[in-house]
Amino acid sequence: MTDKKWPETWQEVNLGCMVFDAGNARTYLTGNWRAQRPIWDNDKCIKCGICYVFCPEGCINKTSDGYYAADMNYCKGCGICAYECPPKAISMTTEEV
Amino acid sequence: MSKRVGMEVTTACAEAAALCRIDVASVYPITPQSHIAEHLSSIVADGRIDAEYLTVESEHSALSAAMGASATGARTFTATASQGLIFMQEVMPITSSLRLPVVMAIANRAVSGPINIWNDHSDIMHTRDCGWISIFAQNGQEVVDMTIQAFKIAEHRDVLLPININLDGFQLSHMVEPVEMPDQEEVDRFLPEYKPYATLHPDRPITMGALGMPDMFAEAMMAKNSAIVNSKKVILDVWKEWKKLFGRKYEPIESYKTEGAKVLLVTMGSMGETAEIAVDEMREKGVPVGLLKIKLWRPFPFDELKKAIKGASVLAVTDRAVSFGGPGGPLFSEIRSALYDDPARPAVVNYIIGLGGRDVSVKDFIDMGKRALKAESKRPKEAYELFGVRAS
Amino acid sequence: MTVKLSKNQKDIVKIVKGMDKAEYISAGHRACQGCGEVLAIRLMCKALGKDTVISNPTGCMEVISAIYPTTAWNLPWIHVGFPNAGSVGSGVEAGLKALRRKGKIADRRVKTVCFAGDGGTVDIGFQALSGAMERGHDMIYVCLDNEAYMNTGIQRSGATPFMASATTAPAGSAIPGNRTWKKNMAEIMVGHNLPYVATCCPSYPEDMMNKIRKAREVVGPSYIHCLAVCPTGWRSTSETCIELGRVAHETGFFPLYEVENGVYRITVDIPEKRTPMDEYLKVQGRFRHLTPEQRAIIQNRVDVEFNKLMNKVNHSVPWV
Repeated sequence: MTDKKWPETWQEVNLGCMVFDAGNARTYLTGNWRAQRPIWDNDKCIKCGICYVFCPEGCINKTSDGYYAADMNYCKGCGICAYECPPKAISMTTEEV
Repeated sequence: MSKRVGMEVTTACAEAAALCRIDVASVYPITPQSHIAEHLSSIVADGRIDAEYLTVESEHSALSAAMGASATGARTFTATASQGLIFMQEVMPITSSLRLPVVMAIANRAVSGPINIWNDHSDIMHTRDCGWISIFAQNGQEVVDMTIQAFKIAEHRDVLLPININLDGFQLSHMVEPVEMPDQEEVDRFLPEYKPYATLHPDRPITMGALGMPDMFAEAMMAKNSAIVNSKKVILDVWKEWKKLFGRKYEPIESYKTEGAKVLLVTMGSMGETAEIAVDEMREKGVPVGLLKIKLWRPFPFDELKKAIKGASVLAVTDRAVSFGGPGGPLFSEIRSALYDDPARPAVVNYIIGLGGRDVSVKDFIDMGKRALKAESKRPKEAYELFGVRAS
Repeated sequence: MTVKLSKNQKDIVKIVKGMDKAEYISAGHRACQGCGEVLAIRLMCKALGKDTVISNPTGCMEVISAIYPTTAWNLPWIHVGFPNAGSVGSGVEAGLKALRRKGKIADRRVKTVCFAGDGGTVDIGFQALSGAMERGHDMIYVCLDNEAYMNTGIQRSGATPFMASATTAPAGSAIPGNRTWKKNMAEIMVGHNLPYVATCCPSYPEDMMNKIRKAREVVGPSYIHCLAVCPTGWRSTSETCIELGRVAHETGFFPLYEVENGVYRITVDIPEKRTPMDEYLKVQGRFRHLTPEQRAIIQNRVDVEFNKLMNKVNHSVPWV
C-alpha cells in the first residue's frame, strides 16, 4: 500500500475508497498553518499537564525531563495552551517567516 | 430436498431470505412490500432464524442501518417499494460506492403524484444510476431463486456490490404461486458463510466513507463502473451453478418463440407471462411475433441483446415508466442506444404500458405485436406511445 | 513560587496521570485552530477506549478527519451521509450484536458511538436519532454542538442561539439574527425515556470523560450533548475556546448536568450568583450587533430556562 504513488490510477484506488492505514493523517503536517508559536518557560512550569489536556491537535507531549512541549510539525498556534496554563509558563510569539 | 409449496410470493421472498441465514434485516413497511416485512419479522419472532430485525422509522434509515450492519460484516437484507425506494435513494449510491453487498427486494410500485399503490416500474427506473445490480423476476419461483442467488452474487469477492431483486407489486407480489422451495441444506451448500473484505471492528480499525477530492473522484467512479460491468461474469457463473444444482435456467435475456420472428416484443417483469400467451396465439395464426424477457437490467446485457435480436426487423419494447420530456421509456431508450451503431439494427418502437397498475391484457399485447409489424415499413410518428391512454 | 490552582484546574491535574495516552484521533487533522469540537472528541475517545466503532455523519468532524487517502482515525469509523448518524449507528450496533451472538466475531463488548454535529442531530438527523433511541440500541449518541452548520459556512441550525448572527440568519437592519431559542435536545432525549442523558463541555474534561464512561456502561441508549466552542463561527478568539465553555456553564446558559433514570443532577458547581450573560455575549462577534434591550431579553430567557432546570433538579424522582 505504501508503494502507491499519488495520484493513484483507478485500479490503485482502495476498494470502496476505504482507508486501511489508521491515523495516517500524521503525514499531513499542519504546522505551517501557524502565525504564532508557544514557547515554554520551564522555570515557571509546574508540570500539571493542563496544556497536554487542552491541545486540540493532541500534539503536546511530555519531554524526557517531565516538562511539556508541542510538536511543531502539527502545532497550529491556537494559543489555548498559553491561555490555560496556570502559572503562565507558556507565551505565544509571532512565527518567524 | 426442495418442496413444492403454494404461497404468496411475498411470503416466498421472506422465506428465501431466511434460508440465506441473514444476520440483520432492517425494514420499513410500505404497500405492496409489507407482507415481506411482516413475514420476515414473524420468522425472527419464532426464532426460526437468529437475526436482528430492525423496525426502523423510515426507509432512509432502513438502508442506512443496513449499510451500518453490512459494514460490520453482517449479511443484511431489506425491502421496499415506490416512495420508500426514492426516499432511500440518497444513500443508494453510497451503498455501491462503499461496496457493501446489501440485498434488497423491491415490490415495484408507481411513484407518487398522484399517490398510487399499484404496480409499475417508475420506482426502480428512478434509481437506475445508483450502481446497484438490478434483476427482474417474472414469477414466484424466480423471486425465490433470485433472492438466494443475490447474496451469492453480491458477496463474491470480485463483485461486492449491493443488489436489488424486482418483483411487480400486487401483480406478482400478492399472487399465490407454486414454488419449489429449496431446503436449508441445499441453500447452505450453495451459499457459504459471508467472508467480508474489510469490516468495522477495533481489531483492525479502518475508515469507511472518507471524502473524495476532485483529484481522485473520477478514478473512484471508474473503479465503481468497472466493478458493476465485470459483475456480469459472476452473475452468469452463479446462474450456471444454479442450473446444475436446481435444474432451473437463468439468463440475462430469455427468448420465447423468437425463431423466424419479424417482431420481437420486449418485456421486463411479470408481464412477460401475459406476453407469452399473446405470442402463442399470434404464432398459432402465423403472425411472426416473438418475445424477449429481460431479467438482467444492471449491468445492462449488451452482448446478449445483440445476439437475441438477430433476424428481427422490429423491436416492440414495452416500458412501465415514463421519462417525462425525454426520448422515451427507459428500457426503450437504452435498447435503442445500445443498438445505434449496429448497421443491421432493427426498428425500435416503444409502448409504455401498465402505469399505476393499469391492467395489460393478452389482447393488448397482440395489438402491440400487430401494430409493430407495420413499423417495419412505416415508422410511427412519435418515438414512444403511452399505450391505451384515453384521449378526448 | 507556588501556583494556586482553581478547583477546576485541580480536577484536571487529577486525571492527567491516569489518562489514556493513546491519541484516537491523530494530529494532522484539518480542524481550525482552537477547535473545541475536535478537542472534545479527542478526550471522549480516551474515555471510550479502543473497543469502539464510530458512526459520524457529514459535518466538520467528518470532513477534517477523513480525506482519502488519509484518515486521522485510529478507531473503526464510518461516514455515510448527513441525516443518518443514528440509523447507520443502529445498523452497526445490530451487526456487531448479531455477529458476536453467532460467534462470528470476538466475544467482547464493542460499543457503538455516534459523533454528530448539531445540524446532523437537531435538524436533518433528528428522525434517525429519535428512531435509534426509541428502539433502544446499545449506543451512545454524542451531539457536538457548535451551534450552526459550521462546516458549510456558519448557516443557522435548530441549535443556533437566539439572535446569534448566522449566514442564513444574519443580523440585518430589519431582523437581528436568528429568531428562535435553541432546541433543547437534552430534554427531548429525556422524553425518549433514555436511562442516561447528560450535557458536557471539554472545558470541564473530568466531568465530560466521567459522563462518557457512564454512558458506555449503560446497556442501552444514552445521549450526550456537548457544547463545542467554535472560534471560527462564533467570531471569538481561538485561545479563549476553553474559557468560553466555562462562562457558558457559569452563566447557566449551558449548564452541565446529567439525568439518570429521570433524576436530574447538576454535575459541576454553578456559582450562586450566576455570571451575567453580557460576559458571554460581548466576546463573541456573532452577538456584537445586540442592543442592551436585546441582551436583556436573552438574560431573561436564560434565567427562565435555568429555573426550569433547577426545578427538575430539585423535584425529579427516579423512574425505576
